[in-house]
Amino acid sequence: MKTEILLALVISLCFCFFCPGDAVSGDQEKPPRAGEAFPAVLLSVPENPASRSYLGLSSEAGTFEIGSIKARLLVIEIFSMYCPYCQKEAPKVNQLYQKIENDSHLKERIKLIGIGAGNSAYEVDVFRKKYNVRFPLIPDPGFEIYGQIGEVRTPFFFVVKISREEKPHRVVHTELGGLNGVSRFLEKTANLLKSADRED
Amino acid sequence: MKKAIVICAAVFFAVFSGQGWSQTHSDAFRGKIHDPGKLQPTDSQLKVKEGDEAPDFSLPSISGDMIALGRYRGKKNVVLSFVPAAWTPVCSDQWPGYNIVEPMFREHDATLLGISVDNIPTLDAWTRQMGGLWFPVLSDFWPHGGAAEKFGILRSDGTAERALIIIDKKGTIRFIKVYDINKRPPLETLMKALERLK
Repeated sequence: MKTEILLALVISLCFCFFCPGDAVSGDQEKPPRAGEAFPAVLLSVPENPASRSYLGLSSEAGTFEIGSIKARLLVIEIFSMYCPYCQKEAPKVNQLYQKIENDSHLKERIKLIGIGAGNSAYEVDVFRKKYNVRFPLIPDPGFEIYGQIGEVRTPFFFVVKISREEKPHRVVHTELGGLNGVSRFLEKTANLLKSADRED
Repeated sequence: MKKAIVICAAVFFAVFSGQGWSQTHSDAFRGKIHDPGKLQPTDSQLKVKEGDEAPDFSLPSISGDMIALGRYRGKKNVVLSFVPAAWTPVCSDQWPGYNIVEPMFREHDATLLGISVDNIPTLDAWTRQMGGLWFPVLSDFWPHGGAAEKFGILRSDGTAERALIIIDKKGTIRFIKVYDINKRPPLETLMKALERLK
């Protein structure tokens, strides 16, 4: 019996030492940079029908992959209700959303979502109401998505080119911190859209 | 053999149960946070329970006032948010969230007192980095951890637990919860507890 217990401990500890935690949790140490694949994250389908309609999602519950979003480019803000800079930045991100929606060419091709890292649905909703956010905010209460995208500081923006084929979605731009000018960010994203169209 | 499988599972769980949780890092604190790593979730024994009269205390606030718990008796419900230490990851990621829900506290006729065992200069610098807070922030620095000790939430290393305590207008503890020091308490737990005061 003693040998069995000893053997079990040795096997367990060997596994723990030789199998890195990241491999178990699927976490990525660094965020993907421009040109790299965006991780295959699963997001909760928004309860709000307007948000589902904005993203062009057909399912009403469960999860979706970003490839289901009817857009060419997806701007993803990683935020937290608890992050002072995200709070300060919220009105500017709203302006970005509104500018995209006001442009008939861009509105069908660029979509914007927020992922609330470590935020429950309740917390995301508090943030949405506080800042009157009109684009979809998706909770990530267990930090699963946050771990997959490389535990970035917040706010962090990814611009991702959504692949129409069986290829990974590519990050085309990233920014840490504030938008550093809504018009500048929009112009940058519009140029990235042109590049994405030229590549096709 | 069964015993061996159970031991394997236990060791695996002990090593990996901490994986997959984390905390966000606001860019507001870039390069300014000391990460103590994962700590023992709790390390104290509560001295009070729900239904007890709350022990009174008087502590200096970063604005320069002395604030006694008793001043709210008969006037306001009080939420005490004890956090372990300034300039650490989870604590820096907790009070800024409370900063945008002042109306929710008002709705429940409650005020919030943030407390840590750090001294006034440290707390002042830390909360300025958050952009300022609407609620009083109190220093339980001297006698060290005196208020935390009255509730039984002073850890053996001299920091306080991450704890939320709700005291009603009669001075009775209506909610007390010591959270895993490594994790931020979900806001909804606190708000549901406040709703139960009605």
